[in-house]
Amino acid sequence: MQTRRETLKHSAIVAGLLATTGLFPQYALAAYNKTAFEAKSLAEVLKALGAGAPVESKDVTIGGPDIAENGAVVPLTASTVLPGAKQMLILVEKNPAAMIAMFNLTDSVEANVATRAKMGQSSDVYAVVIMADGKVLFAKKEVKVTLGGCGG
Amino acid sequence: MKASKVFSLLALACLASTAVQAQKTAIQSIEEYRAMLQDGNPADLFEAKGEDVWKQKRGPKKASLEQCNLGKGPGVVKGVFVELPRYFADTNKVQDLESRLLTCMETLQGFNPVDIAKTDFGKGEQVIMTALATWVAAESKGMKFNLSQAHTQEKVSFEVGKRLFFQRGGPHDFSCASCHGQDNTRIRLQDLPNLTKNPGDGVGFAAWPAYRVSNGQMWGMQQRLNDCYRQQRFPYPGFASEATIALAVYLGVNSQNSASIAPAIKR
Amino acid sequence: MADPMRIRAQVAGDKATVRVLMSHEMESGQRKDSAGKIVPAWFIQEVTATHNGKPVLTAEWGPAVSKNPFLQFVIKGAKAGDKIGVTWKDTKGDTRTDEATAS
Repeated sequence: MQTRRETLKHSAIVAGLLATTGLFPQYALAAYNKTAFEAKSLAEVLKALGAGAPVESKDVTIGGPDIAENGAVVPLTASTVLPGAKQMLILVEKNPAAMIAMFNLTDSVEANVATRAKMGQSSDVYAVVIMADGKVLFAKKEVKVTLGGCGG
Repeated sequence: MKASKVFSLLALACLASTAVQAQKTAIQSIEEYRAMLQDGNPADLFEAKGEDVWKQKRGPKKASLEQCNLGKGPGVVKGVFVELPRYFADTNKVQDLESRLLTCMETLQGFNPVDIAKTDFGKGEQVIMTALATWVAAESKGMKFNLSQAHTQEKVSFEVGKRLFFQRGGPHDFSCASCHGQDNTRIRLQDLPNLTKNPGDGVGFAAWPAYRVSNGQMWGMQQRLNDCYRQQRFPYPGFASEATIALAVYLGVNSQNSASIAPAIKR
Repeated sequence: MADPMRIRAQVAGDKATVRVLMSHEMESGQRKDSAGKIVPAWFIQEVTATHNGKPVLTAEWGPAVSKNPFLQFVIKGAKAGDKIGVTWKDTKGDTRTDEATAS
């Protein structure tokens, strides 16, 4: 009986082979936006992406803890109820580089992503949504980062 | 300066610096943060690796660990974690999970246990050891601790562990009890459970192995106990040493009937 | 080859919530080792998710995504039995693809 592990291994090999044939271009991504990932502020990130001026919006939500016990792992969610969201960004303002991650959405997924970020210090965090019509909307919240103690 | 004095000064400083109201909110916020991390514990990755490695033919004898006896018969993994440490007749000693895995890696696979015990945590075969311990613990998740104290050696081990727990020494004259010997103690924002009695479900002994987000490392109980000694400015007692096993017996027996949440996620 | 990902795809109604754990150091390039030398950056840069072979989400990540990264997203129009694939590629050019079945 083929175990789940073996099935997964086979899938991995097949997928890898498909990617190298060049017959499935969807496996190749657009060029990585290095400038955006080196930008130090929301304004700089948006400039690097060629996006317009951001407007704060109640229709965008940034989810996260009020206090993170350790800055190494801070769970953050970005979401919007508005239809037509094309890209979603998660930023931590006071990090050496502001942008944590950029998500390119299709119609097949909800505008609702979550990941975990490293935060160097207490800071505002942003969820930014770039709409199909070019509008840029954001929400922000403060996340305090603290060192909890000794290792338990 | 006596440890107890340092301690009370620390406690006073913590209390004085924030109003009681603000403290409560901070603790609640931190509990929310911990709850947010529960779903999607990177310990899962180590658990998957452990399950994989258990079945792999490894070592000089090119054998798997599938015949390893962790206390409930060869190859039985479900439920063993909450009965360890326990006495094993074949080695004639009380063993915890990791020392027992070491025995199996030696006898079934031909590995050199001294080499593995000397290897730093997070390196070489210790990575395998941690993955195995994570998976075995996961196979008992939610079950209640039920350590045996029937055998004389198990009783002796408990008494040795208890004495070790209260034994003060080292440059700060610390003992385990300095941090874990009373209720309502904490270091900065880290609550310290009282381990001289049953600390309840998923606390203390019931929470390791755990994935520590602060350093992205998976820690087994052996690493936790050895590192506690390092924090007391003591040298490591040693991987799978009699001292760490005795302490585990003391902590485990105190946790009787509490539910294990291992592998957990921790700051 | 890197350790496998853990992918769980849970169906509720006509949506599948996908949760992924990836095994990766995600070295930021800001850390110093015990000798005081900078540990070079090494992190996942690109992530692609597919639903029955069709790409549904791509992402670009920077070094500030946490070690052993977690990703959660929701696929619309999914049902039990659907195949969910996730691929990552890192700064060294290493790549990993894993698949799970929605249930």
